[in-house]
Amino acid sequence: MTTVPTTLDRKFRDAAAAAGLLDVSYDIADTPVGPLLVAVTHRGLCRISFDPEPERETQQLARTFGARILRAPKPVDPVRRELDEYFEGRRRDFDLPVDLRGRSEFSRLVLEQLARVPYGEVTTYGSLAARTGRPRAARAVGTIMNRNPIPIVLPCHRVVGSTGSLVGYGGGLERKRQLLDLEHAPV
Amino acid sequence: MEAVTIPPFERFYEEHRNAVFRHLVRLVGRQRAEDAFQETFLRALRGYSQLRHGRHLKAWVFTIATRVAVDDARKRRPEVSIAEELVHDGVRPAYAQLEHLADELPEKERAAVVLRYGYDLPYEQIADALNSSEEAARQAASSGVRRLRRRLT
Repeated sequence: MTTVPTTLDRKFRDAAAAAGLLDVSYDIADTPVGPLLVAVTHRGLCRISFDPEPERETQQLARTFGARILRAPKPVDPVRRELDEYFEGRRRDFDLPVDLRGRSEFSRLVLEQLARVPYGEVTTYGSLAARTGRPRAARAVGTIMNRNPIPIVLPCHRVVGSTGSLVGYGGGLERKRQLLDLEHAPV
Repeated sequence: MEAVTIPPFERFYEEHRNAVFRHLVRLVGRQRAEDAFQETFLRALRGYSQLRHGRHLKAWVFTIATRVAVDDARKRRPEVSIAEELVHDGVRPAYAQLEHLADELPEKERAAVVLRYGYDLPYEQIADALNSSEEAARQAASSGVRRLRRRLT
C-alpha cells in the first residue's frame, strides 16, 4: 500500500514551520536524562517534558497555544543545540526566550526568579518565595516547581528543601540528582 | 449533536496523510502527487484554526486535496483541465457552484454531494473519504441532493 515517502513527510513539516503556520512545533531530543519532548512557539520555548509520549502533551499544548501543533524538528534545533552543550558541560546559561502563556501571574513571577538561580548553586523553596515578595508561600512555590513547564532550562532542580534534602522533582528524584551532579552542586 | 473536539494537527495529519497521498496519486499521478500533497496540508493548516468542530475531518481534507488536484490540472493544461472534464454548467465548473450551493447541508451530505457531483469521484473513493461504506456514501449523496432539490424548488 502506498504511504507518504519519508522525504516528503519531512519536507511538509519543514514547509509548515517555514510558512509560520504552526502554533507549536515540537520534537523529541535525546539526552543523558532520557528522551525529552521539546516544544516551541514563535515566542519561544514553551515546554520540556520528561514524558516523551506526544499524545497527551500535544492535547495540553493545544489548549494553551492552539491546535496547529506539528512535530517539526527545525524550529526546535536551537533548543536541542543548547541542551546538548549543557549536558556536555559546555554551557552554564541558556540563551533561549521562553513562552509562559497560560501560567498565572504569580507562577510567572516565581519562574522568572527561578531562572536567576545560578548554575551549580541551590536555593530553597522558602528563599525563592521570599524573592518574589511572598516569604510564606514556600508551599505554593513547591507546587509551581512541580508543574514547571520548562524544566532544566528553568532550573527547578536547583531548588531544595530547607534542610538541604532534594524533596521532589517532576521528572523524578534520580534525574534531579543527575542534573545537580552534572553541575557539581553542593548537595 | 455534541461538539467533537478538534484534535492537535499532528494527530489529524498522522491519521490521514497516507490516504490523502493515495487519493492524490490516483488524481494527478505519482509524479505530481508530492507537490499536491504538500499544498493540501498547507491549505489544511491555514484553515485549521477556523474549524468549529472535529467532525468529518477526513472528508474535509479530501475535499481540499481534490481542489488542489483540480487547480494543478488547470495550471498545467489550461485547455483540457479536470474541471472541464467534469460535469459543466456552462458558466462555472460544477464543483465551484456545488460547493456554494451545498454550503448549508449537514457536513457528511455536503462532502458526499460535492465529491460525487462536483468532482465526479466514484463512490468507492467517497466512502473512503467519509470513513463509511460505499452504500452509506451513496445514501449521503442522494439525501443531500434531495435536500438541495427541496430547497431550490
